[in-house]
Amino acid sequence: MSSTFSTTTARNIFYGGALFSFLLFLALTFHTESALPQRDARALLEANPQVAVGKLVWEENNCIGCHTLLGEGAYFAPELGNVYKRRGPEFIKAWIKAQPTGTPGRRQMPQFNLTEEELDALVEFLRYASEIDTNGWPPNIEG
Amino acid sequence: MKYQSQAVAKPYFVAAIALFVAQVLFGLIMGIQYVVGDFLFPAIPFNVARMVHTNALIVWLLMGFMGAAYYLVPEEAERELHAPKLAIATFWIFLVAAALTVLGYLLVPYAKLAEMTGNDVLPTMGREFLEQPTITKIGIVLVALSFLYNLSMTFLKGRKTAISSVLLLGLWGLAIFFLFSFVNPDNLVRDKFYWWWVVHLWVEGVWELIMGAILAFVLIKVTGVDREVIDKWLYVIITLALVTGIIGTGHHYYWIGTPGYWQVWGSVFSALEPLPFFAMTLFAFNIVNRRRRNHPNRAATLWALGTGVMAFLGAGVWGFLHTLSPVNYYTHGTQITPSHGHLAFYGAYAMVVLTMISYVWPKLNGREANGNRSQVLEMWGFWVMTISMTFIALFLTAAGILQVWLQRMGANPLPFMEVQEQLALFYWLRVIAGVAFFAGLLAYITSFFKGVEDSPEYRPLAQEASA
Repeated sequence: MSSTFSTTTARNIFYGGALFSFLLFLALTFHTESALPQRDARALLEANPQVAVGKLVWEENNCIGCHTLLGEGAYFAPELGNVYKRRGPEFIKAWIKAQPTGTPGRRQMPQFNLTEEELDALVEFLRYASEIDTNGWPPNIEG
Repeated sequence: MKYQSQAVAKPYFVAAIALFVAQVLFGLIMGIQYVVGDFLFPAIPFNVARMVHTNALIVWLLMGFMGAAYYLVPEEAERELHAPKLAIATFWIFLVAAALTVLGYLLVPYAKLAEMTGNDVLPTMGREFLEQPTITKIGIVLVALSFLYNLSMTFLKGRKTAISSVLLLGLWGLAIFFLFSFVNPDNLVRDKFYWWWVVHLWVEGVWELIMGAILAFVLIKVTGVDREVIDKWLYVIITLALVTGIIGTGHHYYWIGTPGYWQVWGSVFSALEPLPFFAMTLFAFNIVNRRRRNHPNRAATLWALGTGVMAFLGAGVWGFLHTLSPVNYYTHGTQITPSHGHLAFYGAYAMVVLTMISYVWPKLNGREANGNRSQVLEMWGFWVMTISMTFIALFLTAAGILQVWLQRMGANPLPFMEVQEQLALFYWLRVIAGVAFFAGLLAYITSFFKGVEDSPEYRPLAQEASA
């Protein structure tokens, strides 16, 4: 690199560029926060305390360790962001209760021994997740 | 080793390699579970193996960064570390906390671990990569504070170089963005939005500063090239990294409930994210070509060049592959993601830590470089691990393309599990590549014990002058 471009110049461009990028990112974040109420299905979250309980059940059983939720997580088991629409509430509860299948060679889901209240809360959480506006993702119901 | 206190790096590097072995072993378990679903079930369910695999990765890289920093900062500052005993105490606290956390994952059901550690007081568990109990997270913050205090004091009292400034900036950023792991709103969209402030702003943000600084340090040492030249490169690389990477966070905000304009911001800026990695490749080759000495540690030079190339391939090219929103619409959450994840983490962060260990370990043991037999074995480790990881990425890419086609693009989309069964061939090939990777890792580890004391081969300096 030429001598007209000094290390001090390079350093100043770095600090300026990084600061500008971060401020722009904060501005976009601020705008996103203001746009979220129209998109993130918070009405369901605020109307029904079961949703927050269901999220805690989801987290405390590490569901994300096998499944994806809105495409994020592990890729070992099906997407669950839209499972409420794909399977419906009764199927979800019955499925969780029936695990593990014990089919030889097949991927196994553990038995989590959830109570009826926890199962209902989890289903409400998944219903809420399925109502989030995800810009049309996933491409089809299979997730 | 110029300063006695640099020796505190030793236990950090030993622990890093031990955790690397654990990471790979649990990776092999998961690889087998992909094709033999009930392997080790119910003793080690997939989600448990995955926590150990990813958390061991994070902790060994952090251990590696810490060891690197404890060696690098005193040398750059030209003085002893501020508090060497604190660094050793911090090491043991970190190691014990990590070990207890892993034992918790393996020995009790996760829900029980959450209950035992009082997760409901401040729920932070059960989110990808941030599965650690809240008390472990608090412990990590304390370890980071002790570490940063020690290094910052050393830095402030000594010579301030571009390399140590950039390294400390990266490490402070790492600690600050980790605080977002305590942000866990009930609102799933906001939870996911700020979760990326830890995950993305680490690996596609401040970690690139750490990587750049470590790479620059090793290149100065093994090539003897003028610091002025290296500093300029470093600033250009990290400017590119943050200018593309910060707004590039938007490539995670396409489908999680955030506004549609992130598809534009995310696509444009993240499409430029290969640039800093490409600059790193050019940097490494350019500096090695201009070398003013032939350092006897040829293995360290190989790692330094290798991390430049593999970071560009894994993080740059494989990231670009699925970063544009019209492509990501189909690939999001498929095997394309782990194909990129594996090659990027190995190429950028695993390899840069191994670069530093390769250069520093002989120094910590009073040698300029390891003997020839040791270096040859280490280079075998380099090639076998690097080629195996490339194949892991290629097989997962093939699996991902097929998965996208069968599940998301065809006229009759198939359910997830039916598709998985059709990918079995590629998953088996991935297991084979994984076993090969483990063999490479064993060769690498053996190099620490074979022929290290032999005198390394010095190539005549005259060879340089013509180059």
